[in-house]
Amino acid sequence: MIRGLAWLGFLICFVLGLLFPWSKTPLIMAICYGMASLGVAIMMRAGQVSFGHALYAAIGAYCVAFTARSFPGLDGIILLVIGVIGSMLAGGVVGLFVVRYRGIFFGMLNLALSMVVFSMLGKLYNLTGGTDGLRINRPTFFNQTLERDAFETSLLLLSLLFAALLVWGVQRYFKSAAGEALAAIKSNETRLEYLGLSARRILWNAYLLSAALVGLSGAMFGLVQGLVTPDIGAWFRSGEYVFISILGGSGHAFGAFLGAGVFEAVKLFAAAYMTGVWQLILGVTLIIVILVAPDGIVGLLQKRRSSVGGQP
Amino acid sequence: MTPLLETKGLQLSFGGVVAADNIDFALQRGERLAVIGQNGAGKTTFINICTGFLKPTAGRVFFDGHDVTDKLPRQIVRLGLGRSFQLPQLFLDHSVRQCLEIAAVGRSGQLPFFKSLSDAVDQHEINDTLHLVGLSARADEPTLALPEGQRKLLDIAMALMLQPKLLIMDEPTSGVASEDKMALMDTVMQALKEREVTSWFVEHDIDIVNRYATRVAAWIAGKVAADGSPAEVLALPQIQREILGHP
Repeated sequence: MIRGLAWLGFLICFVLGLLFPWSKTPLIMAICYGMASLGVAIMMRAGQVSFGHALYAAIGAYCVAFTARSFPGLDGIILLVIGVIGSMLAGGVVGLFVVRYRGIFFGMLNLALSMVVFSMLGKLYNLTGGTDGLRINRPTFFNQTLERDAFETSLLLLSLLFAALLVWGVQRYFKSAAGEALAAIKSNETRLEYLGLSARRILWNAYLLSAALVGLSGAMFGLVQGLVTPDIGAWFRSGEYVFISILGGSGHAFGAFLGAGVFEAVKLFAAAYMTGVWQLILGVTLIIVILVAPDGIVGLLQKRRSSVGGQP
Repeated sequence: MTPLLETKGLQLSFGGVVAADNIDFALQRGERLAVIGQNGAGKTTFINICTGFLKPTAGRVFFDGHDVTDKLPRQIVRLGLGRSFQLPQLFLDHSVRQCLEIAAVGRSGQLPFFKSLSDAVDQHEINDTLHLVGLSARADEPTLALPEGQRKLLDIAMALMLQPKLLIMDEPTSGVASEDKMALMDTVMQALKEREVTSWFVEHDIDIVNRYATRVAAWIAGKVAADGSPAEVLALPQIQREILGHP
C-alpha cells in the first residue's frame, strides 16, 4: 500500500510540475526536504535524534558551490556527486565521534557541531561569501546547456528519480540484517554486544548513509536555488528535518517524503493565506500528528492497513 | 586438560564493597555448574567480569586458552562464550523469530545492507532452535507478548544461536512461576545436552541445583566458599547456615 502511495505521490509531483511551472521549485524543495528528513529518520530508527543534520546539507551545498566556482563548466551531475562525497567524508569523520553518545548527548553534539560550521560559514567571508553566500552559475546537465525552465524540469525529474530510488533502497536497508540490527539498538544495545555485534559500527554505517542523503539534498538545494548561504546549515533547518521525520514517520522510507509534502504544502498555503502565523499552523499540525498518530502519517497508514486485515 | 574457563586472582571492589576477592576458579568442558549464594554475594559480578562487561582491578580471565581479561563482550562472545541474563535482554520492537535471526547474523558477523534479514540466515537453523526451546508456535509474535518464562527461553535461545562452547545463565528461573520452573529447566538442559554446550547457571532453587548440576560453587562475600559435587557442597554446615538459611 505504501509503495503504491509512493508511486502515486511521485507521479502527482511530476504532473503538477508540468501543469503548473511555478510549482517546480517548491516541489524540488519538498523532495530535497524529504531526502534530508529520510537521513534523519534513519538515525531515528536507532532511537537517536540529531538536531544538527543540516550540517551535511551545508557541506553538500558548499562543496557544489566551491567546485562549480573552481571548475566552471563542470556538469551538474558531477557537482551533485562531489556534494554527496563531501558530506559523506564529513559524516564519516564526525560519526566516529558522535556514535559514542546516545540520546540527548547525541542530539546536542550534532547541534553543536552544526552551529560551529554555521558560524564559520558566516564569518569566513573571503572564502564563503559570509551571510551573502555563494552564487552558483547554472551548470550544464548531462552536457546539455539548458534554459531556466528546462533546467528546473530536469532537476524535478532527477529529484523524483532519486526519491524513488531512495525509497526503494532505504526501505530495503530497513528490512535488511544491517537495518534490523540498527533498529535493535533502540531497544537493547547491550544484547547486540552480547551477540557479537558492534552497536557503534552499526550506528556509524547508518550515520554515513544519513549524511550522504542530507548532503545530496543540500547539493540539490544549491543547484535549484543557484545560491548557497549559511542558512542551509542553520539549527532551524535541522529542526525542520526532525519535524518532517516525526510528521511522516520512520516506519517506512516513504514517510519522510510524505511528511515533506505535507510540510511544504502547509507552509506554502499558510504563508499565502495566513501570513505571519504560518509557524503557528505548522506547530499545531505537529501537535495534532503527535496526539493522533505518534508513529507519523505512515504509521497511521500502516495501522489502518493492519486493522483491515492486510499486511502493513 | 586446559579448563574451558579459568580465573586467576580476580579482584574487584565497588567502593568499600568487595565483589570479587582474589577468585581462582576453573570450569572444565562438559560440566554443568550451579552457582549459589545470597543476593550481593558477587555471583553476577563474577559473570560480568568473565564476559567482559566489567574489568577486574587485578587478576586474569582465560577462556578456551585465550586471555580475555581486556576484551570487549562481543570479542569474548566470538570466542564461544554465550550469556543469558537475569532480566531477559530481548529486542522489544522485534518478533521472536527476528530476535533469533539477529542472533544468527551476530554469529556470522555479516550484516548485509540489501539482503533481507530473513534471507540472510539459515531458516532451518532458526526453526530448529525455536523447536528446541518450544517457541515454534509463537515465532511471529512480538517479544513483548511473551510471558516471563518464554522470554527467559528466548533469551537463552538467542545465546544458543551463537553455538557457544559455554553458556552462562544468570538466574534462568527467576521470575518464573514455581510450577513452570522445572519444565523450563528441562527444556533448557535438553537443548544444551543436544548441542553439547558446557553450562553454568546461577540458581536460588536448591531442587533445581540438585536435579541439574554436576558441580556446585557457593559464593559468599565475593569468594568461592565451597566447590564440589552438589551432595558435598549442600551438606556443608556453613552453606546450610549462610546460604540455605537452615539454623
